[in-house]
Amino acid sequence: MSGPLIIVLSFAYLGLLFAVAWWADRRADQGRSVVAHPTVYALSLAVYCTAWTFYGSVGRAAESGLGFLTIYLGPTLIALLWGSLALKMVRVAKAERIISIADFIASRYGKSQLLGGLVTIVAVIGVIPYIALQLKAVSWSFTILLDYPVVRMPSAADVPPWADTAFIVALLLAAFTILFGTRHLDASQRYEGLVAAIAFESIVKLTAFLVAGVVLTLWLLGPAHFELAIAADDPRLQPLLQPRVPPFQDWFATSLLAALAVMLLPRQFQVTVVENSDERHLRRALWLFPLYLLLINLFVVPIAIAGLVAFPNGDVDADTFILTLPILLQLPWLALLVFIGGLSAATGMVIVETIALSTMVSNDLVLPLLLRRWRRRSPPADLGRWLLAIRRGAILIILLLGYGYYRLAGEAYELVSIGLVSFVAVAQFAPMVIGGLYWRGGTREGALAGLTAGFLVWMYTLLLPYFAMSGWLPPAFMEAGPGGVQLLAPLALFGFEGWNQVTHGLFWSLAANIGSFLLISSLREPNAVEAAQARIFVDATRHGGAGKAPLWRGSAEIAELMSLAERFLGPERTAAAFADYARRRGVARAQLLPPDAATVYFAETLLSGAIGGASARVMVASVTEEEIIGMDEVLNILDEANEIRAYSHELERKSQALEAATAELRAANLQLQELDRLKDDFMSSVTHELRTPLASIRAFSEILHDDPDLAVEQRQRFIAILVSETERLSRLVNQVLDLAKIESGHADWRNEVVILQETIAQALSTTEQLLRERGIVVTLEQPATPAAVWADRDRLIQVLVNLLANAAKFAPAGDPEVPGQVRVSLAAAGADWRVCVTDNGPGIPEHERELVFEKFRQSASGGNKPLGTGLGLPISRQIIEHLGGRVWAEAAPEKGARLCFDLPAHAPPPA
Amino acid sequence: MNKRILIIDDEPNIVISLQFLMERAGYLVEVASDGEAGLDLVRAQPPDLIVLDVMMPKLDGFGVLEAIRADSALAGVRVLMLTAKGREAEQRKGLELGADAYMPKPFSTRDLVARVKALLDEDT
Repeated sequence: MSGPLIIVLSFAYLGLLFAVAWWADRRADQGRSVVAHPTVYALSLAVYCTAWTFYGSVGRAAESGLGFLTIYLGPTLIALLWGSLALKMVRVAKAERIISIADFIASRYGKSQLLGGLVTIVAVIGVIPYIALQLKAVSWSFTILLDYPVVRMPSAADVPPWADTAFIVALLLAAFTILFGTRHLDASQRYEGLVAAIAFESIVKLTAFLVAGVVLTLWLLGPAHFELAIAADDPRLQPLLQPRVPPFQDWFATSLLAALAVMLLPRQFQVTVVENSDERHLRRALWLFPLYLLLINLFVVPIAIAGLVAFPNGDVDADTFILTLPILLQLPWLALLVFIGGLSAATGMVIVETIALSTMVSNDLVLPLLLRRWRRRSPPADLGRWLLAIRRGAILIILLLGYGYYRLAGEAYELVSIGLVSFVAVAQFAPMVIGGLYWRGGTREGALAGLTAGFLVWMYTLLLPYFAMSGWLPPAFMEAGPGGVQLLAPLALFGFEGWNQVTHGLFWSLAANIGSFLLISSLREPNAVEAAQARIFVDATRHGGAGKAPLWRGSAEIAELMSLAERFLGPERTAAAFADYARRRGVARAQLLPPDAATVYFAETLLSGAIGGASARVMVASVTEEEIIGMDEVLNILDEANEIRAYSHELERKSQALEAATAELRAANLQLQELDRLKDDFMSSVTHELRTPLASIRAFSEILHDDPDLAVEQRQRFIAILVSETERLSRLVNQVLDLAKIESGHADWRNEVVILQETIAQALSTTEQLLRERGIVVTLEQPATPAAVWADRDRLIQVLVNLLANAAKFAPAGDPEVPGQVRVSLAAAGADWRVCVTDNGPGIPEHERELVFEKFRQSASGGNKPLGTGLGLPISRQIIEHLGGRVWAEAAPEKGARLCFDLPAHAPPPA
Repeated sequence: MNKRILIIDDEPNIVISLQFLMERAGYLVEVASDGEAGLDLVRAQPPDLIVLDVMMPKLDGFGVLEAIRADSALAGVRVLMLTAKGREAEQRKGLELGADAYMPKPFSTRDLVARVKALLDEDT
């Protein structure tokens, strides 16, 4: 087949791709975006299927049967988790204007420039072999097609680069990518045209593969080919005709690897996360992407069988079956279609991958270095042009590195294993990304340590062996280990043998990675910025994602922020962005924006879209003065969950307190009601007690008044009653007031040393007349030594008088045979002095002995009423208890009642 | 024939005043100083009228009144209750139990005498 035809066709195809992109961009400018469609989004994810899929699947199937499926099984399974995982990533990226996987990881761990740079280096080194693979595929397919109708494998290229197809392909793709990908600066302005082109490319490669699959399968099922093959009993067909599941650990490792790669490869992050225009599109991708993977693998096994049948000698590389079979069958149109399909798969991957990588290189690698230099010298005015130039340079360099790798190492391995090596490198991001989305404890140092450890192990177990195979290193090193130390052999680390190389490398690199990440992260608590970012990432799917409490405090000038943004975005876009933001905040002009945390955050996010989060943070910090916010504050401000927890805790506590208070109130209320009832009773009793003497007084007053002719004796008698009832009345009133005073604590107490003997004597003299009238004999027993207590003398006399009056009341009177007797005794009782007054009256029944001390509860055993008010004993009890003693009633040894009180003996101060 | 009046009250001075008032009005007066003693006297020889205190030891005025009204033999006995408990509830309770009149302490001597006279005149 003529070279020019193929070349013209290739260019025509690339031109078509470009036209699609241009058309989509125009539609986007007109506001009728084609990309804002879930199917387009899902198709663009199929950039996952590269030339490696297109050619390599058949190769892997021919070699190992169903093993090739794992690379598609992993992504299919992980798509099930997109509802959480990818949704979180999309939301975070939107909120933080994240534009690459490096940006994502750097942002998560405190916007660390160092981490962003490291991720970039890992990504570039890890993905370069993968790009080399695409170059190899395009150049091989081109060379094979050139030989049509002869089927011949290309010889190892030993031509100078300018004559090497792969080199030319690399340059062409670089040019094409630069055209596609570096027209805007703000990478967060999505590449609509690019996405449309990728979606188109996905349709092309799928169509090519399906058409080839149908044609070749029909041929295989045609006259006798299949039967022939089976009859030939070719051992190479065994794995395909009697499929075996590969060893579990390999199967698991490859699935895991592919599952991680489909999320973490720079180009996959670009199409899945950065280019996502609507998170609902994920829902279609959830089933459409796995379906695409299924379709593109549908004919892999038949084609592999057909290839093995058609080329029984094994001199044709199985990776090329899909192309060499149409050549063998003399189907030039199909060969061309397959070539275009392969070209499509390769270009799609290369374009998106290099755009993503170049953004990372410029934002996370070169810009931080420049920023460091510009700290001393002033930066150029138009930074935007600089950045574009850097990105273009990066695209070219990455493709040339890819070519270099292809020239140096690409011959040694088939396509599939090159791809898997890249996958393992990219899988090193998994702990940082997935850990960062679900675990708050990761720190910058932890991420750096994990990534470094994983990457070093990757280089040692996977990259070095490739170099050794390519003759750069002595092969003996692989088996025996460095310096003959078997344990450190790159292919059997620590004596681990029997696993395939990729599984082995994946296991050890991830083990080192996760171990270091967790260990180093556990060394310290996340700092303020890390905690803030952790919250944004981990809680992305809670409270609607984008809502962020900006964690910033300091001073800033709007003019400075704007001029900073102008350097990168140009005056127009800056003005438009700030004006839009001002409108959203309800401010008339951008210049009037408050220089607060939200505005600074806006400026930083705006810049992030152009130069990545970490650099944006540094740039914004250079024009603002930020105050350090302490960790305590951060925890207080940030941990919303904590806050809510604390809040509900507080609520719970308060409602408990409320319940307790209610219970207390209820109890207090009951007590109040009880007190109120008692008060009512008391009032009623007092009224009753007042009315009784009043009744007598009124009656006799009226009698005396109405009956002036009353006999003198009668008159004298009645007046005596009047006097005594009046006395009773005033006594009652005094006692009620007294009691109220003592009970309310308002009484005056003139406490002093009181000698009990003296007070007893005084009380006896006060009651002398009463006792004598009733014919009562008083006996007194008391020690000679003065019994001193600390008390109010008058009140103590009052108590004794009450007790004596009480005794006089109940002691028998008027019966000459049984004379009333009252005995007063004073004696020591432990540390107290005890005074008892005993009568020989009826005594108090046991159940009434406490009642007598209650107000108006005179013993029912009667007695001479006018003598008592019913308040004497209650008042006595109040007084004695106030003085620290106690008073009680008991039965007298023989007959009668005995009322006693104890008072603490007063120790006289040592002389 | 002079009407007979029984005074049941535990306040000696009040009893003295009541006795003086009733005797001056021309009635025969008997005295009891608690409910039980009073009830014994009522049963022994039913009086025409009882001046009954409420608050008394042993058996209070309401108890005495109930016992009297439960005894059909004592149906003709008039009861005037006299108490220091001025509450309406008490008064109502007394009247419900069958007291013929209810007077609070302190009482007006003239009102009391007039009341007693009125109650006793109803019979004749």
